[in-house]
Amino acid sequence: MTSRNIIFILKIFIHISALLPVLNLYYLALLDQLGADPVEAVIHFTGIGALNLLLITLCVSPLAKRLKKGYLLQTRRLLGLYAFTYALLHVVNFLAFEIQFDVALFFSEVIERPYITIGMLAFLLLSTLAITSFDGIKKKMKKKWQTLHNSIYFLIILVVIHFYWSVKSALILPIIYCLLCLIVLILRYQKLKRLILSIFV
Amino acid sequence: MLIKIPKNFSLKDSDVTDESVYYERRKLLKTMGFLGAGALLNSAISNKASAGFFSDDEVKFASQKLNYTQDNQNLDLIKTPEQKVISHNNFYEFGAKKNQPAELAQSFKVDPWQLTISGECDNPITLDYQDLTKKFALEERIYRLRCVEAWSMVIPWIGFPLASLLKKAAPNSKAKYVAFETLYDPKQMPGQASRRLGGGIEYPYVEGLRIDEAMNPLTLMSVGLYGKTLMPQNGAPIRLVVPWKYGFKSIKSIVAIKLLEHQPPTTWNKLAPREYGFYANVNPNHDHPRWSQASERRITSGGLFTRNRIETLPFNGYGEEVASLYQGMNLSKYY
Repeated sequence: MTSRNIIFILKIFIHISALLPVLNLYYLALLDQLGADPVEAVIHFTGIGALNLLLITLCVSPLAKRLKKGYLLQTRRLLGLYAFTYALLHVVNFLAFEIQFDVALFFSEVIERPYITIGMLAFLLLSTLAITSFDGIKKKMKKKWQTLHNSIYFLIILVVIHFYWSVKSALILPIIYCLLCLIVLILRYQKLKRLILSIFV
Repeated sequence: MLIKIPKNFSLKDSDVTDESVYYERRKLLKTMGFLGAGALLNSAISNKASAGFFSDDEVKFASQKLNYTQDNQNLDLIKTPEQKVISHNNFYEFGAKKNQPAELAQSFKVDPWQLTISGECDNPITLDYQDLTKKFALEERIYRLRCVEAWSMVIPWIGFPLASLLKKAAPNSKAKYVAFETLYDPKQMPGQASRRLGGGIEYPYVEGLRIDEAMNPLTLMSVGLYGKTLMPQNGAPIRLVVPWKYGFKSIKSIVAIKLLEHQPPTTWNKLAPREYGFYANVNPNHDHPRWSQASERRITSGGLFTRNRIETLPFNGYGEEVASLYQGMNLSKYY
């Protein structure tokens, strides 16, 4: 099996495993099978899904390095775009089903509630990454493209704080995600050290 | 297409499914999960759907029909369907996810039960299980229940006024507050044994009211809903309903009521005093620090696409009956 074939199969697998759960989610929602508060259910599911996908995206490079299979890096864009898709659904669900298109309330909540402000910042940043993910733009941006996309390390921290602040009292899951976030960052300790030094030196 | 669990995973058990078995099922769903699908099944699956998956060995709590006088005054209120009332519960003693109490509480023992009323009173009482439904005439009260999380339901509770119970105990002149306590039994309530399940709050769950709030005609000791005795996930066998306050004040599965001179501690206030006050009156003008309280989503029939966002009313719409209790009080200070 050539690496081209493996990548093809991997991408099919990623498409299926990313799309199926969210399609199933909305299918169950249409049938009113998501419990008494389907709004909370869809918002939580798409949020956790986006976070999971971000973490998976951040595992690809260390994995490719460890297994010495550079072609795995080609899955990053697809995974990242699915993270964006879930995040977009998360925001749209919030606006459409929670806030129910009361635009004034939407803006006041984004501004007044710190956990939503930080979440919105993360989403805007992720949107920028999604929009500039195409080869054409990458070529035009040259070095700036990599600088922009390095912000994913900052992004994941924002997302984890957003989750932590959103919870009433059951902190165990946010704490687990904090640890996972720490792990994916520590996996690239050398690279991050260089990046941070390059900003300040 | 619902995700089906193959039969060879179902566990062979006698009638009472114990704790460890429930955790096995949680683990199974979690390992099936990928990209949040596990979280989906965990948090989104309705009691009905999970009953369909796990019906083989589940013990379902048996509630009994009650005799009561009907509520003929609040018939214009659109009630929340019973299936949602008994499957969507904040009762962290049985898990912090909304569908966990219905799943984990089905073998909860309510008989025998003891509810003691003591403290600053001339006639301390102990009620046993039969007393709860036989000692006082039962009435139906259709009340709005507003959660602090900004969703609400309309529930036809069955019970008797707390005032009737307290009058029997004869509070003395020192009694300024009433404290309530939930059962503490980690063997039956897995959330009390495990911090992971228990949602990070201290147990046993405690609550309190000022004596005039407790004696208000609206304040209900509820022993049932929708014509039957309470299911464990709704706080069986007896719970408090204070409809003009956020739902966390309506303490469940009560074993002790004490009349006190001083304001008692309350569980959510202990955890986060800036977010949850002692009074916790529903107030659209006082936001929770992390979300607005000006509006709420009313859960009735209808699913994801229902436009159910409504304005929150001061005192949850019960201002006529209770606003006088707070005359002159700064409700932004005493939230």
